[in-house]
Amino acid sequence: MITLNNIITSTLGTAVIQDTNQYPSSVPLYQISRERFAEIAKAMKTAGARLVAEWATDETNHPVGHENNPPSSPFFKGGKEGDFSKGGMEGFAEGKGGGRGFGIYACYAKDSEYLIVKTYTPLDDPTFPSITKKFISAYRFERQMRSLMGVVPVGHPDLRPWIKHEDWPEDAYPLRKSFDASKPLPRVAGEYQFIKAEGEGVYEIPVGPVHAGIIEPGHFRFQAVGEDIINLEEKLGYVHKGIEKRFEALSWQEGARLAGRVSGDTTVAHSLAYCRAVESMTGCNPPERALWLRALMLERERIANHLGDLGGICNDVAFAFLLYQFSILKEKLLRTNLKIFGHRFMMDSIIPGGVTVDISSDAKNEILSEMDWFTNEFERLATIYDENPSLEDRVRDAGILTPEKAKELGVVGFVARASGQNLDCRIQNPFSPYNIIVPKTTVLQSGDVHARAWVRIEEIRESIRIIRAILYGLPKGEIAGKFTPPPDKSGFAVIEGWRGEIVYWTQSGPKGEINRCMVRDPSSVNWIALEQAIHGNIVPDFPLCNKSFNQSYSGNDL
Amino acid sequence: MLKILHQIFRTGVVTESLSPLTEAEIEEVGAGLEDAIRKRFHRSLTIREVDAGSCNGCELEIHAINNPIYNCERFGIHFTASPRFADMLLVTGPVSRNMEIALRRTYNATPSPKLVVAVGNCGYNGGIFGESYASLGGVGKIIPVDVYVHGCPPKPADILSGILRAVKI
Repeated sequence: MITLNNIITSTLGTAVIQDTNQYPSSVPLYQISRERFAEIAKAMKTAGARLVAEWATDETNHPVGHENNPPSSPFFKGGKEGDFSKGGMEGFAEGKGGGRGFGIYACYAKDSEYLIVKTYTPLDDPTFPSITKKFISAYRFERQMRSLMGVVPVGHPDLRPWIKHEDWPEDAYPLRKSFDASKPLPRVAGEYQFIKAEGEGVYEIPVGPVHAGIIEPGHFRFQAVGEDIINLEEKLGYVHKGIEKRFEALSWQEGARLAGRVSGDTTVAHSLAYCRAVESMTGCNPPERALWLRALMLERERIANHLGDLGGICNDVAFAFLLYQFSILKEKLLRTNLKIFGHRFMMDSIIPGGVTVDISSDAKNEILSEMDWFTNEFERLATIYDENPSLEDRVRDAGILTPEKAKELGVVGFVARASGQNLDCRIQNPFSPYNIIVPKTTVLQSGDVHARAWVRIEEIRESIRIIRAILYGLPKGEIAGKFTPPPDKSGFAVIEGWRGEIVYWTQSGPKGEINRCMVRDPSSVNWIALEQAIHGNIVPDFPLCNKSFNQSYSGNDL
Repeated sequence: MLKILHQIFRTGVVTESLSPLTEAEIEEVGAGLEDAIRKRFHRSLTIREVDAGSCNGCELEIHAINNPIYNCERFGIHFTASPRFADMLLVTGPVSRNMEIALRRTYNATPSPKLVVAVGNCGYNGGIFGESYASLGGVGKIIPVDVYVHGCPPKPADILSGILRAVKI
């Protein structure tokens, strides 16, 4: 089998260096020269890989003479902007006084294989070749990198700021180390240029940032004729709270609390992904019992959120009955969480090294009997959903994301599975107990609102099975292990949250502090799919389509 | 249809079938609320919710007060889509820099007299996000706040009780 690893080594030969400070070792990090960054992207695209994430680091404070980064290593030399062909092999010395410069990272995946490619760009010429033309998901990643780190993707078709709003000073790059995050930013005059449709009868509908319901803020700009949507453009970033920058001021333990608040509905999965990335770089293996308890919480979070979404979808087609029915079930589950884990959403229950709460055998029996009750109640509602023709009339064929588009956009999670993509990192990148209790995935082809709803129904059924299996097989032992982060390492983890694949990449600085914590919520790649799925739908169906995706604003805006 | 009707009758009124402790808690809060709302708002308190930068955790609990178990509508509370119809703003935060203007505009669009309840630890002082280039901190820094509801996120009963405190002011 040709792996992505093989492709890297065969494309680059001796010009490739594997960074031995990247953990876990199953996810290798290759250092390449800047000029070959796009070439590798092309090779990855040809191999059928998807772009998982692209991000930048400020390593201007990192000394150049690192064991893995000798001055003779094959780095670029700063050439004229966009002229990477002149990039030499002289190393860091060109980045005058800028340490190692800015790191540019791209993570690719295919099936169960993940790998990271990295290059450097110097402080005085912070440019790199854009890979947006190869991977659509790079489109917003690169706009964000330019907006927040000030590294310029050369060849990117659209350099409007992203997350950074039009009233920020142009030269404010919060992720740079030289940026003082404690000072408020002045507002400057500026206007965001939306894509406009023109012609007879074309009109524009601006929606947001404050929406009609109890939901997060974001702006949607529709171009429409009559009721038909010609184009939808999202403008997000309203809930940007500077999370990635905030991580850098926190200790590793506090970081888990912050990760748990990246997207409040996904608190378990986010803190888990963070902890696993941190643990991978410290060589910490939490006790087996802790791992199983984490999986238990992860599945409970999945059920609760899927219930909320199913109710929301039904409510958006005026079938309020099921909203209230599903919300009763959700409330009961949350109360059990409060009783057993001490928090309705199980916030702060996962820490680096393990978990904070253990469950007694009484609690175990309580969850088991709750699952019996829940299965019975849930199946009644699933039948009502399935047998209601007026509901079906609205949810079928609405908001179709075709499997081809889903693959092209690199979407993840239930959005991907409802559009023919068999992606679930509980299977492709499992941690214990998912290697023993293997989840069954449901993959549908129709990509409409119904498919996204039905995938959730099947996943709730599967999560019930997993919860039971975890409780029957829960190993005995401690619930937390030791953990000490070493300097100048980086760690990586993926977790299948209820929305899909969550990615964390953590890097320690020269003193062992948090130098960078890259967060990639599934929403960062899935939001753009909503823009695509809405074509050909009518304006009144937008809330329904949006609810069927239910992406996170906070997780996207950071 | 029969299944739906059957399920409705099976479910009954869940609002009353709470555990005694929670029921007492909600009833106590609720009775006072109903009374105050009847007197001061002619039986109807209309709320506009504004997420000014929250992580979405508080929103989940605000949703929960609308579920049949907390059933805030029985006290005359309902949520509106427009600030023009609102008596109260329920604001979650920290207020992000990118939401500051939208929050001010929503506040200005709400007719006086109006009440503001800030929900969550972040709405109080910015919580774990603190004050930075992107987060301006608590809601009180941007618009006048009548009542703060603490918690991360506060439980539904706490949110109901915060609404009551504001109405009684």
